[in-house]
Formats: sequence, structure tokens, C-alpha cells
Amino acid sequence: MDTLLNFIVAAVLAATPLLFGAIGEILTEKSGNLNLGVEGMMFMGGVAGLAGTYYYEKAVVEPNAVVSIIIGVVCAFLCAMFGAFIYSFLTITLRANQNVTGLALTTFGTGFGNFFGEIMGNAAGGYVSVGTVIKAAFDEGIPVLKDIPVIGKLFFDYNFMVYLALALTIILAYFLTKTKTGLNLRAVGENPATADAVGINVTLYKYLATCIGGGISGLGGLYIVMNSANGTGGVWVHNSISGYGWLAVAIVIFATWSPLKAVICSLIIGSLSVIPYYYQIPFIHSAIYEIFPYIATVAVLIMMIFRKKKSNLPPASLGLAYFREER
Amino acid sequence: MENAAIQLKNLTKKFGSVIANDNVSLEIRRGEILALLGENGSGKTTLMNMLSGIYYPDGGQIFVDGKEVIIGSPKEAFDLGIGMIHQHFKLVDVLTAAENMVLGIKENGRLNTKTIGDKMKKICEQYGFNVDPDKKIYDMSVSEKQTVEIVKMLYRGADVLILDEPTAVLTPQETTKLFAILRNMKKDGKSVVIITHKLNEVMELSDRVSVLRKGVHVGDFNTSETNPQELTNLMVGHAVTLNIERTKCENPVKRLEIKNLCCVNDDGVKVLDDINFEAYSGEVLGIAGISGCGQKELLEGIAGLQKVSGSIEFYPPDGSEKKELNGKSPKEIIKCGIALSFVPEDRLGMGLIGNMDLADNMMLRSYNKGKSPFADRKTPAKLAEKVVDELEVVTPGINVPVRNLSGGNVQKILVGREIASDPSVLMSAYAVRGLDINTSYTIYNLMNEQKNNGCAVIYVGEDLDVLVELCDRILVLCGGKVSGIVDGRTTTKEEVGLLMTSLGGGKEDNL
Repeated sequence: MDTLLNFIVAAVLAATPLLFGAIGEILTEKSGNLNLGVEGMMFMGGVAGLAGTYYYEKAVVEPNAVVSIIIGVVCAFLCAMFGAFIYSFLTITLRANQNVTGLALTTFGTGFGNFFGEIMGNAAGGYVSVGTVIKAAFDEGIPVLKDIPVIGKLFFDYNFMVYLALALTIILAYFLTKTKTGLNLRAVGENPATADAVGINVTLYKYLATCIGGGISGLGGLYIVMNSANGTGGVWVHNSISGYGWLAVAIVIFATWSPLKAVICSLIIGSLSVIPYYYQIPFIHSAIYEIFPYIATVAVLIMMIFRKKKSNLPPASLGLAYFREER
Repeated sequence: MENAAIQLKNLTKKFGSVIANDNVSLEIRRGEILALLGENGSGKTTLMNMLSGIYYPDGGQIFVDGKEVIIGSPKEAFDLGIGMIHQHFKLVDVLTAAENMVLGIKENGRLNTKTIGDKMKKICEQYGFNVDPDKKIYDMSVSEKQTVEIVKMLYRGADVLILDEPTAVLTPQETTKLFAILRNMKKDGKSVVIITHKLNEVMELSDRVSVLRKGVHVGDFNTSETNPQELTNLMVGHAVTLNIERTKCENPVKRLEIKNLCCVNDDGVKVLDDINFEAYSGEVLGIAGISGCGQKELLEGIAGLQKVSGSIEFYPPDGSEKKELNGKSPKEIIKCGIALSFVPEDRLGMGLIGNMDLADNMMLRSYNKGKSPFADRKTPAKLAEKVVDELEVVTPGINVPVRNLSGGNVQKILVGREIASDPSVLMSAYAVRGLDINTSYTIYNLMNEQKNNGCAVIYVGEDLDVLVELCDRILVLCGGKVSGIVDGRTTTKEEVGLLMTSLGGGKEDNL
């Protein structure tokens, strides 16, 4: 029973950064932009969030948990958004190829994150690490409620970012299906010429969706860097994002561009990545477990090829630049 | 003039060196149905696109209700009450009809599909539409989609409706329904413009008709005071004598026999409907028709590139037994000696690869010959040199990528290669598209040469003057059906023009 409980908690913790990455990318892709730079934006968000909290801690005598959370989230969001903005400028304004630009953003963001992470580490004399107050701010669950037996551990003992991810998911789902602005955004991603013809500002929608989506993806990076579920919290670890961004991109497809389905898909992939720590089958080498999430991803992507339902298809203009006078 | 909702004065639009509209002036009145008539490429759609904000005019003025306006985007056209329904519907497939109504309307907040549905119902009742607001667009038939488009325009308060070839995709029953709706709108004081090339529709529906030819506005009529023949003559213009040499057919032998050929496209529309004809060796069979009437599907069907039903029988020149081509792969069909040179709008699209040089493009036909695993580049290079020589292709050399050549030279290479394969049936579509006179003549001569060599030539053309002068027989397509086969020596441009615009030359509908 305890193992099961621990396993579920660990799965949720592992799923959260994926969920951030996935819902950010869903928002981006709904505007018709395929941003493959999720990994890069996660790196950027992660390092910026760490830098923000680290220098805040150094600047004040007694760091406040709430302030450090706000600084971390804002820094991560803005920095990842900056990455998405570069992507937007290249693909929307200059109409560069989206795949190439996205891959370049991944490379750029990885370098950006590792470079500044190492610089901060060198300046701090070895490695950069935040103090216990801030660490706890990114780790601890809801006071009082978390102490209820079983239920407390199952529902209330997660750090604030888990709830933030869920809240953002629900807001995004509501926005896309129930608001006029969301409807307009979907129209932009499906058929920009139509959207343009009815007077929707296609460029503005694409920019906003891509930048905000990028910012949300970047929060996933902040989570990976700051949360200590994987052993090291609040420390810059070289190449810490290590493929999570790519899993997030796969989850978007897996979830058929639906934010609510993305929660379940993230949980599945997240639980696969932590399963070896809780349920070991003796004759399977532990290294094999490590590739479970990736095998599942490949399997899912193959399955997706056979889907027929029109409502499960990607936005029709995904990956294409829009140019009004082209016919 | 009083009562004019919109006036266009001297509108001009150029695409590069091509003048799509040359000083066109016309007016659209309130409470009337105006038909804009013209052949393909006569600039009808371009003109209306300027009115609906898709294109920006290079010269001229637009007046709405007597005031000069500048229409810079579709949105601005909407705000002036101008709504255009394009041939390709501007609807978002994955949304419902109701959701499509409110796209882009400046109102934030919650989406209330019920109020939208109610407003739609009101419009539907007023004009006689039938739309389910909650149906997704992708579940709809073409006619339903069109209805949604029209309702959308009315929902947004359009007073002037422009419909681009609205009946091209409709069945006769649906057309009747649409016409009834358009008449209701006219009664309501709205202006309706239909862009069309179908004479019977013009006569049936419109109050006035404006004719365009090659970008020039050539006439305005009250529909009641004109007749189809007069309109056709204006549309196609006066016959031009071209003096293309036309040799006599020498002992024609049946090469191809097409029986009951039908083709249904992805949208479920029948693009070829029961086509029957024969092609003989030593003759040029012309295929005429407004573009999109099934020419492409017909040629592709014969070449094995398009799935068709019916039978295509091939009679080999060596007198051996006839072969059924339908169901064979393109490669097998090429082996039979059937060559297709199709020149699409962008010229390079089919048949040549822009980034490869002349010799390599020649090799596309022959790469499979010979037993050696290594490609034989010498033969194609020789062939390329021969084509360059004989057809006077202007090129720095045979090692130049094809895309660097001018359009005419690209076409010469394509046609030259197809001819070099010594076909027994040569199909050529739009071979002279965009070519100057001299180059065109070179290509006509090439085709005549093939004809004299006993090849069955099938030539799809746009220019009626050329078809009438070059071809021995002309098959006229209209809406995917054979509207008639006429003798090229005795027919006139007017006859072909009439066949193109109405089945059986309009004799059946007695217009």
C-alpha cells in the first residue's frame, strides 16, 4: 500500500514538468506554429528561474518563500517567452521554416541554460545552489491538509507547481473551447486565410499564443531545476532537462491537442519514468526501464497514424507560414 | 446613377507583366442580381477580389454608396457590407456552423452557441435556408457548406454578396434552391453578384450581365434584352486567323478507345461523367473546355495517374491485340508508348524536376533502361543536346538546372523529351501556356510532325483560336461531360464556345 502511494506521488511529480511543456506547446500549436524548441525553452526557463531565486537569496538577509516563488516563476516565464519570441519573429514575421527554427531553438536554449548555469556555478565556487528556505518553497505541500492520512499525501502534499500546472490546464481547456478569443485562435491554427478574411489579426494571435505557450513550457524547466523529487533541487545540473521537452512534444500528439487529455498522457509517461524505483521485475535490467517512456512514445506515435476521427487531427495549418497574398 | 450600391471606376490590376484587369468600370445596383460573365482567365475573380479586399488595385477607384473607399483587407470589405463567397469556402472545418458565424467578431467573453443559433434561425427563415447550427463543417456536404458561407455573410450584415462560381459544385436541384434564395435576397434589397461562365444561369437568374474578356470590360446588358449567342460572341471575341499548318489525316487507325470513363474526386464530386471517345493515329484530337471541367483528370486517367472507372482500350500500332489500360501502373502504360506532357500553371510541377539539369531530366524517362547498375548519363546527355538543338532551346548548356530556364524553354524540353520517346499516343496539356507566338508555333509544328508520323496526338488547349486551327477533331468538355465532338475543319469558335458553356450547345435548354 505504501509503495503504491509513493509510486503515485512520484508519478505525479514526474508528470508535472511534462504537463507544463505539453500545455504550453498545445497553446502554441493551436495557433498553427509547430515549435520544436520546447526543450530549449525549458532550459532557458530553468536557468532563469534558478538565477532569479539565487540572486534574490543573495541580495536579502532573510529570503521570503512566497517572494522567491514569484521571482522564480516570473523569471522562468519571461526567459522562456523570450526564446519563443525569437522563434515567433523568425517564423511568423520572416516566415522561416518552423521545424528548422524549432530545432535551432532547442540547441540554442540548451547552450544558453548550460552556459549560464556553469557561469553561476563558477562564480559561486563550484556549483550554484539555493538555500533551504527557497528549496522548501519549491518542494513543500499544502500545510495542515497534507497531514491528513493517505488523502493528504495523495492530494495535498505536492509542491505549488503541481497545482499551478493543473490550474493552467483547466484555464487553457476552458479558453480554447468556451471563449470567443479561443475560438478565434483555433481558427487561426486551422485556416489562417479564413481567419484573416473575417478580420482576425492572424499575426497577433500567432505571436501571443506562441510566446505565452513558450513561457508556460519554460515553467516545466523551472520545475525540473528547482524541485528535488529527482534528488537535486535548486541546483544547476548540467543537461538537467535531458529530453523532457521532447517527451512533452510527443504528449501533445498523444493527447490529440487537448489540454485535459494531456494530464492523463503526462501521468502515463511520468509513471513509466519512475516505475523502476518502485516495481522492479528482477530479470529486466534497470537500464531498460529508463527507456520505457521513449518506447511508449514511439508506440503512441505509431498508433496515432491510424486515427481517423477528424476532431483528433492536428490543427490543419500546423507548420505552415501564413502569407495573405499567396494563393 | 441613383440606386448604385457600388461603383468601380477604371480599376486596374497587374500581376507582373500580365494585366488581369484593365480599366474596368462597372456598377452594382441595389436589389439586383448582376452576372459577371467571362472565360477563365478573363479577370472576373480578380476584379471581385479587389472589391472584397483580397487584392489591392493598382489603379482606379471604388465607390460605395457614392463615397470613395479604400478596401485594404477582407475585414474592411466586411465593414462596408461586402461579402464574398469564394470557390474554396473560407470555413474552419473542425468548428460547427454556429462557431464559424462569430469568428473574428469583436466581442470577448463566453461563447454562447444558443443565441448564435437563434439569430441564425431567424436568417434562415427569412430567406429559406436550412442549416443545423451545431453540425461540424467537416460533416457537411458541399452545398451545405456553401449555405453556411452565405448565412455567415448575412449574419455579419452583408448588403452586397459576391458569389464566385457558386453552382460549379452543386447538383441541379441544389442550384435551383440556391437561385430561389438569391431571388429572396434580391427582393430584400440586397445586391447579388454571381461570377459565372454558364450562359444558362446568366439567362435564368440575372437582371443584368457584364461581360469581361481578357481583363477588359466589353459590355453591359439587361439580361432580357440579350441572347446567349450575343454573349458568347462577346466572351470569346472575334476569330483570329493564325495560319497554323494543318495536314490531312493519313489513313487514320484507331489507337485509343475510351468507354464510360468516370472519375470521382476527393470531395465526392463527379469530375468525369461517362466519357466516351476514340483517338486515331495521324490526327490531332483537341480537348476544349473551361478549366476544371475534367481535362486534367481525363489525361491523368489515361496515363494511369488517377483512379478512374470505365475502360481505356489501347490498340498497339504493330497490329497486335488491344490492351486494357485502366488498372495498369503508369510505368506499364508508358511502356505501351503513351506519353503525357502536362504543363501545369507553375510549369515545372509535373514532368520535370527544377533543380536537376537538362540531361538528368531527360534521364527521368530512361533511367530504368539497360542492365548495368550504374546510370548511363551519356545517352540522355546526347538526347538533351539534340532537343536543345532541334527545338532551339535557349540555354547556357545542358548542365544547367531546368528552373533557371525561361518558361518557354522549359516547356520545349518537356515536350521534346516526350516526343523523343517516340510515343504512339502523345498527350499534351497547355503546351503553349504563357509562350510567345514563335515558340508556340515551334510546338504546334512538333505536334504536327508527330501526327504525320502516325502518332495519335491529344491536345488540351485553352486558346480556342488555336484549337480550331490546329485540331482535326475537337472534343468539348463541359462540367465533366462530353458536350460534343466537332470537326476542326468545319467548326467555328462560336460553336465551340457555346458547347463549352452549356451541355449540347444549349440546344436542350432552348435558351
